[in-house]
Amino acid sequence: MKHYRVVIIGGGLAGCSAALHVSRRGAKVALLERGRCGAQASGVNFGGVRQQGRHLAEMPLARRSRSIWGGLRELVGSDCEFVASGHLKLACSVKEMAELEAYRATAKDYGLDLELVGPKAIRDRYPYLGEAILGGSICHEDGQANPRLVAPAFARAARRCGADIFENAPVINAWHDGRRFVVDVGRECLAADKLINTAGAWGSRVASWFGDHVDEDVMAPNMCVTEPLPFFMKPALGVCGGSIYLRQTLHGSVVFGSGLGIADRDRLRARPLPAVIEEGARKAIQLVPRLKNALLVRTWTGIEGRMADGLPVVGRSLNVEGLFHAFGFTGHGFQLGPAVGAVLSEYALDGDSTTDVTGLSINRMVHGHVHQHISCPLHHTA
Amino acid sequence: MKNEKVAIIGAGPAGMRAAMTLVEHGLRPTVIDESSMSGGQIYRRPPRDLDAFRPRQMLYGFEARKAGALHIGFDGLGDTIDYRPNTTIWSVENGRLSVVANDAVETLAWDRLVLAPGAMDRIVPVRNWTVPGVYTLGAAQIALKAQASSIGNKVVFFGTGPLLYLVAYQYAKAGLDVAAVLDTSLFPSVPKAASLLSGGLTFAKGLYHVAWLKAHGVRTVHGIRPEEITLTQTGTAGGLTFRHPDGSTETIKASAIAFGYGLKAETQIADLLDLEFFFDSTNRQWLPVQDRYGRSSCQSVYLAGDGAWIRGADMAELSGTRAALVLLADIGVHGLLPRIDALSAKIRTADRFRRAIETSFPFPAHLAAQLEGEVTLCRCEGVTVGAFRDAIAQTGESEINRLKAFTRVGTGRCQGRVCGASAMEIAASSGKTCIQDAGRLRGQIPVKPVPLSTLAGETR
Repeated sequence: MKHYRVVIIGGGLAGCSAALHVSRRGAKVALLERGRCGAQASGVNFGGVRQQGRHLAEMPLARRSRSIWGGLRELVGSDCEFVASGHLKLACSVKEMAELEAYRATAKDYGLDLELVGPKAIRDRYPYLGEAILGGSICHEDGQANPRLVAPAFARAARRCGADIFENAPVINAWHDGRRFVVDVGRECLAADKLINTAGAWGSRVASWFGDHVDEDVMAPNMCVTEPLPFFMKPALGVCGGSIYLRQTLHGSVVFGSGLGIADRDRLRARPLPAVIEEGARKAIQLVPRLKNALLVRTWTGIEGRMADGLPVVGRSLNVEGLFHAFGFTGHGFQLGPAVGAVLSEYALDGDSTTDVTGLSINRMVHGHVHQHISCPLHHTA
Repeated sequence: MKNEKVAIIGAGPAGMRAAMTLVEHGLRPTVIDESSMSGGQIYRRPPRDLDAFRPRQMLYGFEARKAGALHIGFDGLGDTIDYRPNTTIWSVENGRLSVVANDAVETLAWDRLVLAPGAMDRIVPVRNWTVPGVYTLGAAQIALKAQASSIGNKVVFFGTGPLLYLVAYQYAKAGLDVAAVLDTSLFPSVPKAASLLSGGLTFAKGLYHVAWLKAHGVRTVHGIRPEEITLTQTGTAGGLTFRHPDGSTETIKASAIAFGYGLKAETQIADLLDLEFFFDSTNRQWLPVQDRYGRSSCQSVYLAGDGAWIRGADMAELSGTRAALVLLADIGVHGLLPRIDALSAKIRTADRFRRAIETSFPFPAHLAAQLEGEVTLCRCEGVTVGAFRDAIAQTGESEINRLKAFTRVGTGRCQGRVCGASAMEIAASSGKTCIQDAGRLRGQIPVKPVPLSTLAGETR
């Protein structure tokens, strides 16, 4: 049985980043991915690299991740089309404006600078916005990237550092035999000192093999893209409540997400829904009226894990020493992914992390009790 | 049984025959047609005011009688069908079709579906293929048939397949200046010609077009290799530079170019319905799997016409009729088996001839594999062959959908309907894998682009 210091189950962005961070420190690591790296939620999400609006429990991770995003080219050999275009969160009422203002004050404690934009400035600076928009809050250091490129780029970089990346390698079962972890991939078993579970929408299933029982639902954020249009919009847009999010790529296409498609976790199938697309088109036009003449050229979705309180599980296993989880990102794991991998690598190699993720611990989910501390919108796919 | 909701997708010869057959047995199918009038591509009709200008005999030549029978037969169905012209399908799900007509969306329910969406030109990029003045063979034919227009004063036709000669013939016959007909294939060798003869009349018609062109002094060259579409000072097409079989190059001036390498089945709806596909190595494309009666891998979906397998208009009529009969038999109509078997026998015989055609006019896969790096591969997203190859080299990937995600090839307006065939050839050759392992390019809804205002239910 081949022995590794660390085995990772799940080749989404968090898993690929963990593989890179472990292998960069010279430790022997294997990543097992059932299909292709980044083929599910990590690869088919909106592509927002957003700190603004995050739940405070995620903020230390988001801050750390942002610094990794800025150095992507050096780390993985490609910037993956990351641009700090800014993220503009919009308000349609005085009440929503007040929410943005309150959030700005709190975010400051985490070193995140947000600029409020009032009713006049919002017209002057963003003349393409619809009439219902009253104002907004912009985070200049937030931005966007091409999700299709990121997890595979991390996987290739990890491979260059010596990681064993196994694709099309579904894990059948895993257990701890008293001395080490054993991971059964069918034709063989791998042994590991530490095990990382980054299995996304299937993360709770892996956790349950070790007695860590949590409920994880699935979701399939419905994404749309227009034909390339002349470049007119720099920041990525979000709205209070999160019912639509929209960005223009440097390439010119406008990508927007709104509502949910259908996800079937067992059949590995997800698809967008026509009625949801129609509703998304209405919301996109309300937000940016000039889009009404744009052609919708494609839609897509993917399978994402969803936790009841809208926050992921990140941290130690409840029951098994040396097992670490990171799953259930509920539609906003993309920006966090790089730092999640870095934190997991520290847990696996050092036993602890310098980044505070206590608010994301699996502890909060046990005994059927979920602490209701949700504030970030469920549908706000990052 | 009479309440069975049947939708027929396409109103070319296959869809028209399917509709007539269902009506014969008391069903009232819905027929979805992207065009304003039935006929499909081959029997496309001009707008009414052009009718007298170019009569049927002039439009359809040898096929005028068949065209007439279909048009009259289908028009005669009147209210016995729910005919929906100018209607584009943008989404399909089990039991539901989402369509756009008159700038509005609508949802239709179906119990059974007859897929007869037809085919489109298959192209391989060539340097400057995206400039004004370059058309596919099919587009050149539509201009003439439906609009009584030529694509230019002087036209070079190149590529391969029966359509190459047919369109050039139609242009020349209409009194237009055909600068040359340049075929990448060699003229059929003797053994191939022998199996072609099994096609009887169809083959004779093909030979007639070639002979007519020669007799009328139209220059025809076989075994060429297109090098470049030359440009005028304003950047429009000015001619074609090509290589002769002996290696010498030549440029022929023209004001417009029409090209294509056979046809490609329109399989987006079959793809969205998750039907099973197989790779047909004779004409190098992925096609929906069908049983011996034209049923797809899904019990309630039937396949007919060139959208199922490129067999031409006559076979489209037969397979359209058969799809309807098999559907009727499946919902309990008795006594249809002899007719179904007779049709199936005819279709099988014709397949032999069709395979001979495909091998006589092979898809020039090598042209795609050998394209120069600066040539545009995906025009919707502006991706060059070189950028596509770089991605293959950098990532080590050769699977087409993975490459689509990395490069945007096939993510744009046409979702790879135009560039997909060549992208797969490049993925296979540069990725050092066989074409089957390069995989099948998958699509997403919308089947064709839709304005957001239409989806939103607003006026534009």
